[in-house]
Amino acid sequence: MNDVTLTINGKPVSGVTEPRVTLLDFLRDVAGLKGTHAGCEHGVCGACTVLIDGTAVRSCLMLAVQAEGEDITTIEGIGGSGARAGELGVIQDAFCETHGLQCGYCTPGMILAAEALLSVNTDPTEHEVREAISGNICRCTGYVQIVDAILLAAKRLGQRNDAVPSDATLA
Amino acid sequence: MKPVRFDYKRPATIDEACGLLAGDDNARILAGGQSLIPMLSMRLSRPSLLIDIAHIPELTTFVETETHIEIGAMVRQAAAQKSELVKTHIPLLAKALGHVGHPPTRARGTVGGSVAHADPSAEIALVTATLGAEITYRVDGTDEIFDASDFFIGPMLTIAPPTGCLTRLSFAKAPAVCGTGFHEVAPRKSDYALVSAAAQINFAAGSGVTSIHLGIGSVGDFPERLDVNKLCGTPLDDAAIADAVHAAMQMVETVEDLHATAAYRKRVATELAIRALRDARDEISKDLNQ
Repeated sequence: MNDVTLTINGKPVSGVTEPRVTLLDFLRDVAGLKGTHAGCEHGVCGACTVLIDGTAVRSCLMLAVQAEGEDITTIEGIGGSGARAGELGVIQDAFCETHGLQCGYCTPGMILAAEALLSVNTDPTEHEVREAISGNICRCTGYVQIVDAILLAAKRLGQRNDAVPSDATLA
Repeated sequence: MKPVRFDYKRPATIDEACGLLAGDDNARILAGGQSLIPMLSMRLSRPSLLIDIAHIPELTTFVETETHIEIGAMVRQAAAQKSELVKTHIPLLAKALGHVGHPPTRARGTVGGSVAHADPSAEIALVTATLGAEITYRVDGTDEIFDASDFFIGPMLTIAPPTGCLTRLSFAKAPAVCGTGFHEVAPRKSDYALVSAAAQINFAAGSGVTSIHLGIGSVGDFPERLDVNKLCGTPLDDAAIADAVHAAMQMVETVEDLHATAAYRKRVATELAIRALRDARDEISKDLNQ
C-alpha cells in the first residue's frame, strides 16, 4: 500500500492505496468524488477526463501513485465558488442552453476538455473545438450541440472583464 | 478491467532504475503510461513491479548540440509538439505529433515511451525509423546506441536489451532547406493508423537533393524504411516519384487484420508514400522560390 497526497479542486487530499489503483478509482472511491465517470477504463472514451495543472488528461490512464503532489481539477471543481457555490460555471450553463447533453455520461469529460481548451485559447475556431474534444466520445448528441456549447461559452467568457474560466459563473 | 497487483518504485536516477529492472525479471518501466496502463487494465501485461521514471530529472530535457537534437525519454508528446527546437530542427516529427492520439493522451504520453513500446502503427516510431534517429539505452551503467532504422523487429518487439532503460532519442538536425510530408488513414481522428507514411527530402544549395527519407507504418509488423534514394539527382516529377515508390513497395511484406486487408494496406501505403514525397518536394520548391 502507498500513501498518496494530492490537491483536488484546491483542497489537499491524502489516501492510502494500492499501486494498481487508477487515479479514476482513487477520485471516485477514496476521495468520494463520483462526478468523474468510469467508461471504458482503457483510454478510449474520455468520460474520466480530469485536469492536471489545467491540462486535460485521462484519469483511467494514470495510477493514483503517479498523481502524487499533482493539482487535480474534477467536474466538482468547475462550478462557482465562494458566494456562487453551487451555481453552474459558464461552460456548464452553455451545455444546458444549447442542449449539449442527453444522457450526461460523457458530459463531465466534455466540460473539462472544453475548460482545458478555453483556458489557453479564448477564441477557438470550430476546428479547434473539435480537436480539443476529439478524445471524448458521446453516443447521444452527434456532437453538434456540444461544439455549439463550447463556442457559446468561449463567446461569453471573452465578453467578461476578468478571464478566469474555471471559477466563472455568468454575471 | 483492473490491473493485477504489482509493486511500484520511483527511482531518482537512471542507474537506480536500471538496478531495479535488473533485479526483477518481470519488472516494467512506466513512462507516460498511455499504452502500458490500458494493457495493465486489460491484463495483457502482468508485471510484478512498475518502475516510474517520471522523477528522473535528466530524462525530461531537450539538448541541442551542433548537429543533433536530443529528446529525453520522459519528454511528453505535448511538450515536444510545442518545442521550437522540434519545429525548427525535426520538422517531420513536429508534423507527425499532431496525429499521435489526442490532446489528453499527448499531455501524458512520452516520445521515448512510444519508441520503446514499438506499436507497428505508432507515428513517432515511424518518424525515428524513417530518419534513422539514434536510440540510447542505459545498460549495466553504460550507454548503448541503436539505429532506429533497424531497431524495430516485430509488433511491440525491438532489439533493445531487456534490462536496459531508454534514456534519449537523438535526431540529426534537418538542413536549412528541406521538405517533409506525413499522411495517415485512421478509422477516426486520433485512432490507430491503418496506414501511415512519412517523408523528408534534404536539400543543399549547390548540390541539390542530398538525401531522401521515406517510411511507412502500420503496413507490416513494424515501421519500415523504403529506399528511394535513386530519386536524388532527378527532377522529382510526379511520375518519377510514383515509379520509385511502386518499385520500393514490391519488397514490402503486408499484414492483414479485421480492419484492413493486406491488399488495401499496400495500395493505400503506396498512395500515401507518394503524397508524402510530393508534399516534401513542394515544400522545398516553395522555400526556394521565396
